Amino acid sequence: MSLDVKQAAPPPSGRKAARPDQGRGSSTKRRFNGRTALTLLAFLAPAAVFVGIFTYYPMIAGSQMAFRNWNLNDLSDTSWVGFGNFQSLFDAPEFGTIVRNTVVWVVGSLVPQVVIGFAVALFLKRRFRMRGAYQAMIFFPWAVSGFLIGMLFRWMFNAEFGVVNDLLMKAGLISSPIPWLSDPGFAMTAIIIANVWYGVTFFAIMILAALQSVSDEMYEAAALDGAGKVRTFFSITLPSISTTLALTILLRVIWIFNFPDIIFAMTGGGPADQTHIITTYMIKITQEGDYGKASALGLIVMVTLMLFAAFYLMAVRFRKGDQ
Amino acid sequence: MINSQTLVGRISKVVFLGLCLIVTVFPLYWIVVTSLKEPGAIYSLPLDYWPKQLSLDNYIGLFTKSDFGQYMLNSLVVALVAASVATLISLLSAYVLARFQFSGRGAVLGAFLITQMIPGFIALGPLYLMMTDFGLVDSKTGLILIYIAICIPFCTIMLRGFFENVPDALEEAAMIDGCSRLSALFRVIVPVMLPGIAASFVFNFVNCWNELFLSVTLMNSDSNKTIPTALAGFISSFNIDWGSMSAAAVLTVVPTLVIFAFASKFIVQGLTAGSVKG
Repeated sequence: MSLDVKQAAPPPSGRKAARPDQGRGSSTKRRFNGRTALTLLAFLAPAAVFVGIFTYYPMIAGSQMAFRNWNLNDLSDTSWVGFGNFQSLFDAPEFGTIVRNTVVWVVGSLVPQVVIGFAVALFLKRRFRMRGAYQAMIFFPWAVSGFLIGMLFRWMFNAEFGVVNDLLMKAGLISSPIPWLSDPGFAMTAIIIANVWYGVTFFAIMILAALQSVSDEMYEAAALDGAGKVRTFFSITLPSISTTLALTILLRVIWIFNFPDIIFAMTGGGPADQTHIITTYMIKITQEGDYGKASALGLIVMVTLMLFAAFYLMAVRFRKGDQ
Repeated sequence: MINSQTLVGRISKVVFLGLCLIVTVFPLYWIVVTSLKEPGAIYSLPLDYWPKQLSLDNYIGLFTKSDFGQYMLNSLVVALVAASVATLISLLSAYVLARFQFSGRGAVLGAFLITQMIPGFIALGPLYLMMTDFGLVDSKTGLILIYIAICIPFCTIMLRGFFENVPDALEEAAMIDGCSRLSALFRVIVPVMLPGIAASFVFNFVNCWNELFLSVTLMNSDSNKTIPTALAGFISSFNIDWGSMSAAAVLTVVPTLVIFAFASKFIVQGLTAGSVKG
């Protein structure tokens, strides 16, 4: 994850500038002899073998299923059907809902994560007693699997014995229990709350690290020039960390898009398929045995994410070039 | 910048961070409390925020009604072996990718990155068929092999960030003294990078410990199930046994929580290493 951030980020001064092909940089990065090349190949080989056999082969084999009639329940006819699987996906009446849900899920989870994560990072920037312990404690959601997070929140959002309804009623905010997970609108809210709970920490940590890399002199200079807090935030803080922020957001979008676990555990896409996003819908189709259609859906996800990543990075670079 | 010197700033800071902490920790508190209630008390109103009578019935039930001890052992073995091997393999590949320029380096990195964008389910069918051919369905070895492959890309990326913080003069010196590259790596670099390696290992371990969908697909027999598979088994179509579920959830989370508490500092370093340097 940190790598793509680095790849796209402008090369920081020093280390990266010392590329061997640009002159005599660090010693090991210069051209190496045949014996070294063999050693390097041997070092890379285990990783390549594992990823090749257990990730790339099934992925490619799975991709070609997208263009076949490939149903686990009836394997007598696995002929090519071209874009038939895609066609039947697009024709399904629920497809519109699923795409809309996916967008709501991604945007609805992302925005609160960024805003709250940013606020936490700003508050954590200045050292205080127990800050390390605090950081370790808010790291807690990361130790929990997506599935288990879904289960924890499913229990808390339980209509009858759930603690969320109980607390809301005690606070006088509602007068009767909300059927969180059996009402489509509330169910979507509930799964997004669970995802926000999980994702805030990631933003807080990435943004905090970025904030700490902004030099104090910048702030001192701004203070000398008489800039207020708000002005300083928008003129110094935000621009200084914009690259990190942009790339963290990109990673999270890809991740949230591809994250069916919480929904799978909390609602299973229900009630009545109303909380399915593309990847949970894919699970459903896989479980029904229609691997052709599921693979087609997988390819749609992959292409969408790659296009999104490409456009997003272009937009980020374009804006940077503007300044 | 928010000025925490003023009284208002200080109060809002404490309130906000306190609130965040409560919200973050509350689900854990609630599942612990649920697991310690008597099975019947879970479904009674009004809700008790602290059980009047602590009971271990849910835990006892978990171990008597299901083979939970066996599942925990399976998860431990699978996660431990897969995380160790994956960390070792990633160490080698990360070293090469961090230290050397060669044609195809970008392609290798790209290939690792793409694996992070694939919805796992696209590979599930072919993977199952392949494991059938290998005779590795419903076998811990099979699951371990797949987990290793899943861990490698991200672990390589993470370790690569740590390598770049270690000056390469270090292994150069060792090699001039007659070490081979491999022994230079393990005798000189690894000790320096130990925190980073530990963080990567923990990350791998937690991922394997928590993995659900592959394990559900591949492990059929009770003696091979891992914890997440067992958890998924507590959901029958309409009814969830929240007593067993909460006890199992606590037992699942606590080990990862403990190692995270020790390693979180290094994991944070690993995640942020590449992104904000310079």
